[in-house]
Amino acid sequence: MSEMIATRDAYGKALVALGEREPRIVVLDGDLSSSTKTGMFAKRFPERFFNMGIAEQNLMGTAAGLASLGKIPYASTFAIFATGRAWEQVRQSIAYAELNVKIVATHSGVTVGEDGGSHQSVEDISLMRSIPGMTVIVPADAVETEKVIQEVAKYNGPVFVRLGRMKVPVVFDDDYTFRIGKAAMIKDGTDVSIIATGLMVAKAIEAGELLSAKGIRARIINMSTIKPIDEAIIEQAAAQTGALVTAEEHSIIGGLGSAVAEVVVKKHPVPVEFVGIKDTFGTSGTSEELLEYFDLTASRIVTAVEQALKRKNHG
Amino acid sequence: MKAETTGDQSLSRDLAQTLPVDRKLEQKAISLRIDILKMLNIAKSGHTGGSLSCIDILVELFYEQLKHDPKNPESSSRDRFILSKGHAAPAIYAVLADSGYFDKKELLTLRKLGTILQGHPDRKKTRGIEVSTGSLGQGLSMGAGMALGLKMDQLRNRVYVLLGDGELQEGQVWEAAMASAHYKLDNLCAIVDRNGLQIDGAVEDIMDIEPLSDKWKSFGWNVIGVDGHNFSALRSAFNVAREIKEKPTVIIAKTIKGKGSSIFENKVHYHGVPPSDEELKTAIKELTSCQK
Repeated sequence: MSEMIATRDAYGKALVALGEREPRIVVLDGDLSSSTKTGMFAKRFPERFFNMGIAEQNLMGTAAGLASLGKIPYASTFAIFATGRAWEQVRQSIAYAELNVKIVATHSGVTVGEDGGSHQSVEDISLMRSIPGMTVIVPADAVETEKVIQEVAKYNGPVFVRLGRMKVPVVFDDDYTFRIGKAAMIKDGTDVSIIATGLMVAKAIEAGELLSAKGIRARIINMSTIKPIDEAIIEQAAAQTGALVTAEEHSIIGGLGSAVAEVVVKKHPVPVEFVGIKDTFGTSGTSEELLEYFDLTASRIVTAVEQALKRKNHG
Repeated sequence: MKAETTGDQSLSRDLAQTLPVDRKLEQKAISLRIDILKMLNIAKSGHTGGSLSCIDILVELFYEQLKHDPKNPESSSRDRFILSKGHAAPAIYAVLADSGYFDKKELLTLRKLGTILQGHPDRKKTRGIEVSTGSLGQGLSMGAGMALGLKMDQLRNRVYVLLGDGELQEGQVWEAAMASAHYKLDNLCAIVDRNGLQIDGAVEDIMDIEPLSDKWKSFGWNVIGVDGHNFSALRSAFNVAREIKEKPTVIIAKTIKGKGSSIFENKVHYHGVPPSDEELKTAIKELTSCQK
């Protein structure tokens, strides 16, 4: 079993490293710095950290003001508050104004766990993806998170980074290179392509092994940038493998699956199956239990692959 | 540096130089009110009442208070101004054009397809606009962010945010008020254009915001009440605000919505209605008669 690290922990570490190198970095949090791990930055750079209290709308507006001065604000809170409570501030004050704010939200998806549906954002990718000019990134593991945090600092524009609470397997080596808008093929295959994002990438890799045992060669793609999406890799996967499965810890409405489908229908309309949360809210439970409960598992991906193959072969 | 006035220099130039500063600003405000009304008339839509109520505040700010350089709008030594009540865009556009940020003939393109002068201020399109506003309640947070950043960099520039009184019904304003006092942002000055009216009627009838002064005080702000059409009163308020340490200041400026012509004054109807050709003609006549 590979090492297990929560992407939020990788964020806390990466932010400190970035702060050492880049004096323009400032960090804002909404009374959740011990959970989002921005507390690590606060401890190292107290003069560049602003706790804005439980007031996310003002948090986003303040970040916009700081960005207008040439600072690079990283604004953090739970995904549901960053993208839900403060959606209009993100839209108007940050995105419409094209200001250089990095919204790094933790506790996304159902794996928030015991706190329940009120705190589990299943719609945040959709909400951020629909804002013009917003870049949306969902790192798969701790290694990719560190690279993303560094990389987005070099990009001038608003970015939403979606991180999680639970520990997830490390799937990338340290020499992995992340580029905004560039997906990574983790494993090649010719029968079907599994396009996954976030913690579902590890599940997709696991599914790939289960499929190999059945003689099915699945291509596995890590789609960490949901917007702008890597159209070329999707078109290639559709053309070369003829069937796609998307996997995300997010509603199947408006998330990765929708983004992939929007590309597929243009040039290579092939069968696509969606693994994700089916238009429902989350609920209390442990993270592991909830992944099972919402069918976010390797075996569910295998079933989806079989459905996609059936459609491909009998379509 | 003070703004260099590169815009319309009227015939009254020589006269203006002999007049005390207030008289000069009064003349300036009259000609800007005429610009605002002409813009709105040509645009055939937009917000008349709130533009006319706040123009004197903008005139005092841009011609007497703000450090800014229309030739170098990005200058790091500038003070910042945010029009949080973004629907008064015609007022800021008139002032920016007159100060030389862009050609005055752009004013005639207000709200038209392809214009640099959007219905509400857009920093991407208009020189001199610091941030994008229009969705009410968001400007003070951005101002607080600027004030925080300027303090962090030990810069002594000031940040001014103009809010509407109806706008104070937005909860985010009070989040920002709380945070600005918490971070002791004495380089931040909010101005409330207290004209007493909003789209649906009188502020006190729609959603009363009183006791307003007490609200700001209880949030930790220094509060100054002033006649928002009296330049010397506004000036002394800004001067006092500059000297207050450890807390932000709010200037509650009592104004008249639609100020400048009896057609629009204190009329709810003209919140979001432009002057007709006939109304424009009459209003200009009224305004120029005060210009003598």
